[in-house]
Amino acid sequence: MIYILKNRILKGIVTKNIDPGLVSNVESAGRELKTLIQRRFSRSLSIRQVDTGSCGACESEIIAANNPIYDLQRFGISFVASPRHADALLVTGPVSKNMFLALKKTYDAMPEPKFVITCGDCPRDGGLFKDSYYVHGAVKDILPVLLHIPGCPPSPLDIIQALLTFLQKK
Amino acid sequence: MGGTEIISSIKKILPDFTALLVEQRHPDEIFIKVSPQIFKDTALVLHKILPSPVMMLFAVDERKLGGVFTVNAVFVHLKQAQWIIVSMDIPQEDPHFDSLAKNMHSATLFEREIWEMFGIEPKGNPDLRRMNLHDEVWPPGNFPLRKDFKEMQARGLSEFKFNKVEGVGIFEVPVGPVHAGIIGPGHFHFSVAGEPIVNLEIRLGFTHRGVEKLFEGKPCVEAIRLAECISGDNSFAYSVAFAIAAEKISGMLISEHAAYLRGIFLELERMYNHVNDIGGMATDVGFSFPAAYAALIKEAILQLNEKLTASRYLKKVNVIGGVSIDIDESKKTIIFNSLEKIKKDFEELIKILNFSVSFMDRVDATGTLIKKTAQDLGIVGLVARASGIPTDLRKYFPGVYDQAKFKMMTQEGGDVLSRLQIRFSEFTESCRLIEEFTRKLNDCRHTQVNPVFKQASALGYTEGWRGPVLCWLKTDSNGLIQRCKIVDPSTHNWQGLSYAVLGNIIPDFPLCNKSFNLSYSGNDL
Repeated sequence: MIYILKNRILKGIVTKNIDPGLVSNVESAGRELKTLIQRRFSRSLSIRQVDTGSCGACESEIIAANNPIYDLQRFGISFVASPRHADALLVTGPVSKNMFLALKKTYDAMPEPKFVITCGDCPRDGGLFKDSYYVHGAVKDILPVLLHIPGCPPSPLDIIQALLTFLQKK
Repeated sequence: MGGTEIISSIKKILPDFTALLVEQRHPDEIFIKVSPQIFKDTALVLHKILPSPVMMLFAVDERKLGGVFTVNAVFVHLKQAQWIIVSMDIPQEDPHFDSLAKNMHSATLFEREIWEMFGIEPKGNPDLRRMNLHDEVWPPGNFPLRKDFKEMQARGLSEFKFNKVEGVGIFEVPVGPVHAGIIGPGHFHFSVAGEPIVNLEIRLGFTHRGVEKLFEGKPCVEAIRLAECISGDNSFAYSVAFAIAAEKISGMLISEHAAYLRGIFLELERMYNHVNDIGGMATDVGFSFPAAYAALIKEAILQLNEKLTASRYLKKVNVIGGVSIDIDESKKTIIFNSLEKIKKDFEELIKILNFSVSFMDRVDATGTLIKKTAQDLGIVGLVARASGIPTDLRKYFPGVYDQAKFKMMTQEGGDVLSRLQIRFSEFTESCRLIEEFTRKLNDCRHTQVNPVFKQASALGYTEGWRGPVLCWLKTDSNGLIQRCKIVDPSTHNWQGLSYAVLGNIIPDFPLCNKSFNLSYSGNDL
């Protein structure tokens, strides 16, 4: 503990080392996002993420969006452990046959009003896996999708900006 | 060391052994063809004398050409740097073979896979439940990797039966496939007696996408992009393994420059994953400060990746025959400067964790996988090294690692702490290797030649951050892929997890799981 405090005092704020261009992008998008979420979602937008057969890169970037540099949570977006607490469902992966039921059950467990976001190239149309015998492909044929975040995988900044553009439109 | 020496050592144990064909297919691959009657004995003898778990066991549908299925078992002779492939033909009428599983545990899952994908029965395997094709959605009798498979025929569905532990006070805790965190899907079925776990059955296959079938019929140059999407956190290692297989088939040799570049990117991938896992372990015991610290280091490495290659996950960097991007002087400076900062931060991260008594108390002697169990299960890679098994393809098939004096890390404990310390030391070693490789980069640009493909097969391999990533490739005369078999280290190691958690309590499961950090998508394919 003493070590941590000493380090904190000596090192100051660690995030100051990062690329200033990135910081200003994140900050400006984030501030706007925050005011929109304050207004529309009474201060917080809760997202439940479901992997329906992704390779793990999208998950890694969604986790990165929660790291101290991007820190989505400070803008009012939190990733929750249960679909019962969620406003939105974030789907990654091309929907394998084995995950079809789990995806539907997760959606059904969410309280109304709710909406679905897809993240990465796979859930749009199956991506590289669309011709497979074991893949359903597009999530929009299964659930009502309002927002798609393209990329393989989309970077954390892409995710933040896509959410912002989406909330501005509505 | 060639085929003859292997054959003579097999003959010492099996006096009347005769091979149908012995061939040195590539400088590092010995191919032995035997009759189905002696396949089992040959495999078991190799398993014992090398010693090596079966690294791959897979079938190929060759009914069009010869009216047979072939089954290949791949072993590794680490000391001699040779891969030994034992192969047999199985007639297409009533296809079956003698199961190896009862004598060699590492074959169990591979045999189940051959059964579900090809309908070739491993006679004597005690457990033929399907893994990737779930009983709830895929009727039995549909074998997707057979060449004549068109589409699923409905024949009736059933339910998966979990192993049951019976006794007074035993209760079951099912978890998944959708978990609380941002993580891949898998089902964990715990049987618990009071607090301690007495049995854990892991059901996977939720991310099965039919990758191996998708490879078929594609040209290699295109298929390397698919290989990158098998496991997102391991995409560079996959592209290397695939490229090596394709290069062996086409007879290309990559330049030393390209080999150094591949080394640099492989080590960068190892670094961001190791630090991610260290942070994950801190998260799983509720120690958020070092977790945040580790996330910063990971982000710094991802941003370095992006600066060097324009991709945070090193996708679209590798091509068959080399690496598509180059590292010039300005990029070299970026590498050295970034590594300097990363190293400093990492040293502090280690200090924070090592100085915390409560953290060390949680990881010490938790989730122990003893060496004997690890050897029997055929555990590979980082987890094996943490249990005291010296295995690392970078040491035994060194390539450029030889000149950089690569040092293999091992630990004896086999617990979460050992796996943590392996990550500490491998991270530091990776830093050193990258600096070494970067210094050795010379300006002799390699000229890209178009690969010429022919009908052949080859094994591509590399040591990814989890362990050996293997890719066996067979092409036809047009250079189109006929069969691509992928084995992720997770396939071997998931079983290790279910043994490591025994006797631990469920709250320690996330910690054990993170210390293995296995891939769902790499295993399920």
